[in-house]
Amino acid sequence: MQMRDFVVRFAGEGGQGVVTSAEGLAQASTQVGYHALTYATFPSQILGGPTWTQARVSVDPILSAGDDVDVLVAFNREAYDTHREDVREGGLVIYNSNDFDLEGDDRSYGLPIDELARSTGNNRAANMVIMGALAHLVNMPQAYLEQFVEARFRRGRANDDEIIDSNNLAMKLGRDESASSGFTLGDLTPPAMPEYPQIMLKGNEAICLGALAAGLDFYVGYPISPATTILVFMERNLVGEGKFAYQVSSEIESITTILGAGYAGKKAMTATAGPGFSLMSEGLGLGWMAEIPLVVVDVQRGGPATGLPTKTEQSDLLACMYPAHGDVKLPVIAVGTVEECFFGAVKALNWAERYQGPVILMTEMALAERVQNIHRPDLSKVQPERRLVYDGSNGYNRYQGYELSPMPLPGSPGAYVANGSEHDEMGDTTHLPSRHIQMTERRFSKLKLLEENEYEAENSDEPVVIMPWGGSKGPALEAYNQLRELGVPVGWYYTMLLSPLPPALLEELKQKELVIVPELNYQGQFSGILRSQGVKAESITQYTGLPFKVRDLVERITEMANSHPKEMVRA
Amino acid sequence: MSKKNPEYDFKWCPGCGDFGVRRAIELAMINRLEETGLPMENNVVVAGIGCSGNLVHLLEGHQPYGFHGIHGRTLPVAMGVKMARPELNVLVVAGDGDFLSIGGEHIGPQAARNLNICAVVMDNGVYGLTKGQSSPTTQIGTVTSSTPYGKIEAEADPLELYLTLGATFIASGFSGQPRELAKLINQGMDHEGFAMVHVQSPCTTYNDTYELMKGNARKGIEPLMYDIPEEHDVTDKGAAYNMVQQRGMPVGIIYKDEARPSLQQRVEEIKAKAPRRSVEELMDSFAF
Repeated sequence: MQMRDFVVRFAGEGGQGVVTSAEGLAQASTQVGYHALTYATFPSQILGGPTWTQARVSVDPILSAGDDVDVLVAFNREAYDTHREDVREGGLVIYNSNDFDLEGDDRSYGLPIDELARSTGNNRAANMVIMGALAHLVNMPQAYLEQFVEARFRRGRANDDEIIDSNNLAMKLGRDESASSGFTLGDLTPPAMPEYPQIMLKGNEAICLGALAAGLDFYVGYPISPATTILVFMERNLVGEGKFAYQVSSEIESITTILGAGYAGKKAMTATAGPGFSLMSEGLGLGWMAEIPLVVVDVQRGGPATGLPTKTEQSDLLACMYPAHGDVKLPVIAVGTVEECFFGAVKALNWAERYQGPVILMTEMALAERVQNIHRPDLSKVQPERRLVYDGSNGYNRYQGYELSPMPLPGSPGAYVANGSEHDEMGDTTHLPSRHIQMTERRFSKLKLLEENEYEAENSDEPVVIMPWGGSKGPALEAYNQLRELGVPVGWYYTMLLSPLPPALLEELKQKELVIVPELNYQGQFSGILRSQGVKAESITQYTGLPFKVRDLVERITEMANSHPKEMVRA
Repeated sequence: MSKKNPEYDFKWCPGCGDFGVRRAIELAMINRLEETGLPMENNVVVAGIGCSGNLVHLLEGHQPYGFHGIHGRTLPVAMGVKMARPELNVLVVAGDGDFLSIGGEHIGPQAARNLNICAVVMDNGVYGLTKGQSSPTTQIGTVTSSTPYGKIEAEADPLELYLTLGATFIASGFSGQPRELAKLINQGMDHEGFAMVHVQSPCTTYNDTYELMKGNARKGIEPLMYDIPEEHDVTDKGAAYNMVQQRGMPVGIIYKDEARPSLQQRVEEIKAKAPRRSVEELMDSFAF
């Protein structure tokens, strides 16, 4: 049987090589031209504890983590018991027979993983044993694997050959052992290496690269799952002339420190998750009020308060759009793929500079930790923007008029007070009604500078359309493709730019009979926002802490599209 | 604001200590301008919320840059400005409520970093702008609008706190002596590290401590204020502790540690040894 893709779930104890194996399989596959995507969850403890990671390998670009598990690799008995049910009918389980024995499951076979690795003289080759076993199941040529081993371990060391030989041997042993079990899944279609250059990375890493490409100068942050990897990356890599990265003492420090840096003329950013974002509320209002460019990345996790720190959800949208007291509406960009993480970060920094205020870049746990191969961004196409800087003499009124005006920078003429109290044109506190009107209108008018008609539209003549946001894009797009094949008449819209929405998109949406919004929250936050703007939108919600399954979306969208009252046939 | 601004309607009460602190800060910035030749725009005054924070709008003459943000967050804002643009002179002005109560969590970290800024705290022992509630430095037992039966919690000792948290320059001054105070502020600005200038700045409306500070011979009130004797060794932390733990309000420099590198200096050391990679090079590390 020909297969175009397959999904392997690695499950075991933290520290057993669960993540390494999944990422290794993804790397090996992309090396020879397949597409790969991983989906990870974490144990809530540091060492040990049950954990699992899933890798999907495909001939085609991948949209979701995959509904069904083709192969479960169970490192211990608990992993087997927990995940056995998720293996699809006809799927297989490979279990570590050095850890436990199993009888009475005719779709499972044991692999003495540790023993085989040891016999190669390289204890660290255990994941290669597994990869060999998996390669047999989908009939992946040995040459592909050897190509990967060569690329990975040829480092110019004296013992390169030894290491490469032991890894190749480990794969062969795994393959032979797997073959002797008699099980197979099918033949994975040979890959077609994409003709464009690729990189493979996590969503959070792509955000970091995008921010750097857009000219980020200044980053501070406070550790919080799942945003910590951004802080760690910046501490290591945001170095050089005029650059600064630092771990501060709280998210209140994070936001107020980047307010100072943004005021002083730098492109400044922080990243956090829900609890930290809540602490930034007042500071974000100050950024809006005093008109200071900055970017906050919100890597969403689940639930209010401490909630579900290691699970995924899309429940911060209202908080991100309206983070503070008073009349405030912040620009929001939500990314849906690893590639968008890069370009969304570029856009967020550019927007902050362009309209001189805070911009929220939303991502989510499942995307932050996902490893995926993407088209390597072409830096020559990235155009960093720079705020309008005042370069005249003293006596300038920084907050003059009803629209954006050039911003003076400390050290140069044009001294003013950046003021979080309502202020007059020179930044002094005032209570005059006419000033509050002027400044409120001024602040909102600047949002118009961010209106860009960047969105996806397919079959846009359909009266019923699907429009997900953020990380639900992948499963929704996969569902949409299936629905079209099934003949369900639905169209497709998508944009990263949630606020302000692309005006042309909003006009199109207003013409629709129904806009279906799959989103991972209880309230249907985005559809509510769309309805408030005159769009007939309804959500498909899920609040499990997990991403959508494509199968569920297909079913629920079909149901919604069918139960939707069709327009009366006009005589 | 450099000239009278009819829209700006905030006024300090007659006799407010903050007038003297304003004058001292103006003098200190002019001194600095004359000494360094750097323009006035090289100064950034980061102000807290409260009566004292309004100082940033009330400065007269050639204007520095100002930042009048949110309650309690002067220090991290100042860190952002300073670490973004180390060539700027960053001065924090805040009251005892802003700096020691809501903003108290920021003092320790900045002292530990030895952030190179000067913070002027105007201590009047009361929340003035909200009309007279107790603050961290209000004496225990004091009746205020929020402590109608007397304040229950012990008063903070800011000078001892700064010493304990590791500030590398600590001075204590009085708003009634603007010229002397200006000199302390200038030394704080010149200090390569975290400089605290704690100023007694009485509130004539809710907590008038002028008499306590200066004394009144006729009433037999001994002054709390005294000049720090010349023989005091400012590098001796033990002597500094002894001084602040005794009764009275010393005026002058209490403690100074010039050996500890500032945050900026440490960051430069790291920058010199950390590998610098371009975005393309970083992307190469993800290529396959």
